Amino acid sequence: MTDSTVTLPAGDVQRPTAPAAPRRRLVDHSLVQLTLVRYREFIREPEAVFWVFVFPILLAAGLGLAFRNRPVDVQRIAVLASAPGAQALASALQQDHALSVQVLDDSAAARALRTGEVALVAIPRGDRSVTYRFDDTRPEARTARLLVDDAVQRAAGRQDPVGVAEQKVREHGSRYIDFVIPGLLGMNLMGSGIWGIGFAIVDARKRRLLKRLIATPMSRSEYLASFLFSRLTWLLLEVVTLLGFGVLVFDVPLRGSVVQLFAICLLAALTFGAMGLLIASRARTVEGASGLMNLVMLPMWVFSGVFFSSSNFPAAMQPFIQALPLTAVNNALRANMLQGAGIDALWGSLAIQAVWLVGCFVLALKLFRWR
Amino acid sequence: MPDALTLRALRKSYPGVVAVDSLDLDVAAGECFGLLGPNGAGKTTTIEICEGLTTPDSGEVLVLGRRWRSDARELRERLGIQLQETQLSDKLTVEETVRLFRSFYRTGRPVDDVIALVQLGEKRRARVGTLSGGQKQRLALACALVGDPELLFLDEPTTGLDPQARRQLWELIDAFRATGRTTLLTTHYMDEAERLCDRVAIVDHGKVIALGSPRELIASLGAEHVLEFSAPRSIERLSLDTLRALPGVHDARHDDGEFQLEITELHRAVPALLGELAQHGLEMTELRTRSATLEDVFVSLTGRHLRDD
Repeated sequence: MTDSTVTLPAGDVQRPTAPAAPRRRLVDHSLVQLTLVRYREFIREPEAVFWVFVFPILLAAGLGLAFRNRPVDVQRIAVLASAPGAQALASALQQDHALSVQVLDDSAAARALRTGEVALVAIPRGDRSVTYRFDDTRPEARTARLLVDDAVQRAAGRQDPVGVAEQKVREHGSRYIDFVIPGLLGMNLMGSGIWGIGFAIVDARKRRLLKRLIATPMSRSEYLASFLFSRLTWLLLEVVTLLGFGVLVFDVPLRGSVVQLFAICLLAALTFGAMGLLIASRARTVEGASGLMNLVMLPMWVFSGVFFSSSNFPAAMQPFIQALPLTAVNNALRANMLQGAGIDALWGSLAIQAVWLVGCFVLALKLFRWR
Repeated sequence: MPDALTLRALRKSYPGVVAVDSLDLDVAAGECFGLLGPNGAGKTTTIEICEGLTTPDSGEVLVLGRRWRSDARELRERLGIQLQETQLSDKLTVEETVRLFRSFYRTGRPVDDVIALVQLGEKRRARVGTLSGGQKQRLALACALVGDPELLFLDEPTTGLDPQARRQLWELIDAFRATGRTTLLTTHYMDEAERLCDRVAIVDHGKVIALGSPRELIASLGAEHVLEFSAPRSIERLSLDTLRALPGVHDARHDDGEFQLEITELHRAVPALLGELAQHGLEMTELRTRSATLEDVFVSLTGRHLRDD
């Protein structure tokens, strides 16, 4: 059909339709512009950058230092100077590198024992016997007693009836820092997903900015998609910084496939993003949304095995704990990083995440208010 | 030209209040039309129904000959909207904000042109959070204009601005009107409506109670001047009927210790009034005359003032 022969109804304003619109640069596309806005708003909020990137690293560093594995403990003990044969006993005990031996007089030995400066005081008797003075309620004192006794008996010529050999295995992956880095990663994904998306949307609603935006021809799904795209970029950075820190500084193992690890993080980010969207779907004030977010996140901080294993909780609570999305994320991250498990072994955790993702997203779209 | 906007028997109620009550309105293409009324008169509800942001309970809405139900997407392309309380993102710059809004429209005006038009060229790279109230309002106008709209909706565009910022905004609205496009604005400032609007609908309790050009509406008072005076202890001795009977006086009111007379002929009314006061032995403490305004129209129609502050 040709426009020239068509008589428009009187007064109808003719406007170019979509295909006639001039080509525009990619950066002028509304989805790109909306996503850029997300980046700008995030970068220009220094506090948000701190909580998302710096805080988890500080936390990991602090926990890693506090719970680092110490070299084999040396037990500090004393030999009573006034006893006969004290010097001989002291030099015999010094053969054992796990013992640090002092020769002290009566009052000094009593004080050192009382203050815990030494774990045990050995008192040789003239008749080839030795008395051990120690507090048997203290674990290090009991360890010292075993070590001292072993050294005393060996020095006296004891022969062991059974020959033993030792094989020392100090493997990475079983330290506290190895446990806590995946937990921190999961916690960070939860926090930035829920806060990052929830606050931005509630803030825009409170400012009547959402209402202003839907008064334009803006596509509503592009608006929501812009959150998704910006989250995915930050996700990559968050994961790389925290894991990079763990690997470089603490030598945390990455035994599983790194690609699969990122896939797990991606699913986690989507799940928590959907939860953030759901929380923000109706809330009109930042305060109200903030309360809801804490209500949602607090149980997961406690129960989902961020800082200590969730198996510490009673068996009756386990079905609830295992159903929490952060538990599923943490389990999957640990299985990948520490045990080298493949995706096929993680379908249970991934399924729990997927159920949360779909459920929250569908509900959020149903409830979402633009005004 | 068809009407830019046609409202028929429009009705919208919220729990406990009827915001818009069988309202009819026709806005012709190319005119600057004002909805004037006190706060809570239903102006914002009416304009948001026109903007497709609120669904009326009943009634018909035709915007640029289209209906929201069937042509929402197309209408949004053709309208420019400024809402009453929108706070644009503080962390974005002026340019980023306008560029964002430009990206929503298939066709529109270049970002730089619009920024220059609203005189924010020097603030292009400034964060929105650092702008003054007037600058923010001009930025909101830029966001409304960047899609090159045929019909512009402005809800209380100058509320809370200082006089200079208001005049600046008025010039921008004038410039838009000069391009032959249509503007619908709400205001509770009578001077704004008089200054900007070709026609005004005075709205109260969700109804149009007067309609016409500002000049027609003022003329409908039957008097071009208003005379205000105070005379202590006069209320007991001076009846409004006596005052109304004076030559050159059209109507009389007593409000807050002060008399207000609508005057058709000042040169006859003033001597007559002075004679009347002298006859009753009353002293006049204040006397003012001024031209009648839309405020007087509102007061004569409702007995109330537009603004109670």
